[in-house]
Amino acid sequence: MTQSAVKVSGLTKRYGEVTAVDGLDLDIRQGEVFGILGPNGAGKSTTVEILEGYRRRDAGEVSVLGVDPERADRTWRSRIGVVLQTGADTPELTVREFVRHMAGYYPRPRDPDEVIEKVGLTEKANVRVRKLSGGQRRRVDVALGIIGRPELLFLDEPTTGFDPEARRRFWDLIGSLAHDGTTIVLTSHYLDEVEALADRLAVIAAGRVVAEGSPSTLGGRASAKATVGWLEDGVRRSVETDEPTRTVLELARRFSGEVPELTVVRPTLEDVYLSLIQTP
Amino acid sequence: MSESVSQAVATPSSARPPLPSLLKVGWSRAAIETKTFFRERDSLIFNFSFPIILLVLFGSIFSGELANGITMSQLYTAGLIGAGLMSTSFQNLAISIAVEREEGGLKRLIATPMPRTAYFVGKVLSVLLVTVLEIALLLAVGVLLYDLRLPASVADWFTFAWVLVLGLTASALLGIAASSLPRSAKSAAAVITMPFVMLQFISGVYIPFTQLPGWLIDIASVFPLKWMCQGFRSVFLGDAGVGLELTGSYELGRVALILAAWAVGGLLLCLLTFRWKSRRDG
Repeated sequence: MTQSAVKVSGLTKRYGEVTAVDGLDLDIRQGEVFGILGPNGAGKSTTVEILEGYRRRDAGEVSVLGVDPERADRTWRSRIGVVLQTGADTPELTVREFVRHMAGYYPRPRDPDEVIEKVGLTEKANVRVRKLSGGQRRRVDVALGIIGRPELLFLDEPTTGFDPEARRRFWDLIGSLAHDGTTIVLTSHYLDEVEALADRLAVIAAGRVVAEGSPSTLGGRASAKATVGWLEDGVRRSVETDEPTRTVLELARRFSGEVPELTVVRPTLEDVYLSLIQTP
Repeated sequence: MSESVSQAVATPSSARPPLPSLLKVGWSRAAIETKTFFRERDSLIFNFSFPIILLVLFGSIFSGELANGITMSQLYTAGLIGAGLMSTSFQNLAISIAVEREEGGLKRLIATPMPRTAYFVGKVLSVLLVTVLEIALLLAVGVLLYDLRLPASVADWFTFAWVLVLGLTASALLGIAASSLPRSAKSAAAVITMPFVMLQFISGVYIPFTQLPGWLIDIASVFPLKWMCQGFRSVFLGDAGVGLELTGSYELGRVALILAAWAVGGLLLCLLTFRWKSRRDG
């Protein structure tokens, strides 16, 4: 039986006149990588900060690892890991000193050197945090987020400032954490990242979940019409169809063989996402 | 994989390894705070050399004798020990915590199972060490250059110890509370330093009380710095200097009472006003 790692119903949060989160529901299962997408100001960060225990809510039920984050104690905090958006603190400690120190907060931490290796900072282990690049600092943040061996890990825009290679390494790391059973809640602006990592995702707009599903089925993506395009008499032509295979076969017959510049395109996650957040 | 997770969830908290104790985490915080302090070269040089440079400066400018063989420089040593204590505790904490808050360091900490008290334990222990070093340096300069007599009696050392501990506790707690005042890390140094410098001028650190108008003395008497300096004068100037006091007495009972009141007040202020998140984070 799969239990919920995070269960949210009717979550509401107001800042004065503005309703940032407006009756939001979420169910994140244990062991899955769950992506949260949404434009800036949609209530995404507020929601995640409520789950992390940073903010209080105005209404609704929230259960994270079976505990209400507003009543969180040290034991609960030792079971979650949080990677925040900014972290410019503690510039004068070396990477190893910092990771080792934070390991001392937890009842059964991971091995600091192993974690430093996992995030690819072994060569920088004895360098002070001040001297690291933005992307390397980000990796320190990730190391500190996983040092306590969390059951549930929150990642907020984790790969901002990473070069493409570091990003790939990071994806592998997330894959291995998920493989070990860690539940991961990921917010990101990079749709390819969410597509590569998330088992399921939710799109938040105007304080509500407007769509939920796997990256391949979100918003009816799998069943959406495909666009078949080709070149005919020097003109680019295209047709939208539910049966692209049939269209291609027909074209093949018509051209008796190779169809010039043939393309079959399904809506990308980005197309689906943009259409979802534009609906009022 | 998922089995191990559901197991971990199902395990009652009593079966998990215990959380690290407050003492252990507090001690480890003190270690990294101290390490950080000594590695921030700018603030290290500023914090340590400022009172010493002032002592040498004032000692060179005002070299006269006051009474009963007490020199101006001896008076300054006692005063600058008080001011130095307050700079390593109040000023240093107020500015560094404001910066940490703005940089997101505090926000990071409260998401971890660190006991929140451990943060303050770490700050106070590290400040204690830094302050003791600072005072030792000031005393060394006082003894070597200005014939300052170290107290000979156990009673004087006892007074020194309790003025130090009470003054440091009050100043550190007030510094932690004051860290919430600056609106940003950039303004922190200015917001904290200005009132602190003013306080030094009216608390008898640089200018003897005999040359201050009554209303300034009244204002200074509200704050702890005046009383710390008075306590330190009783230790380092002794009976020979008692005639220089406005009331003709060091009023040690009152010193203890007012410093203790500030320690309690500082603690209350901390509990009521301390913010772990920056203003931006609401």
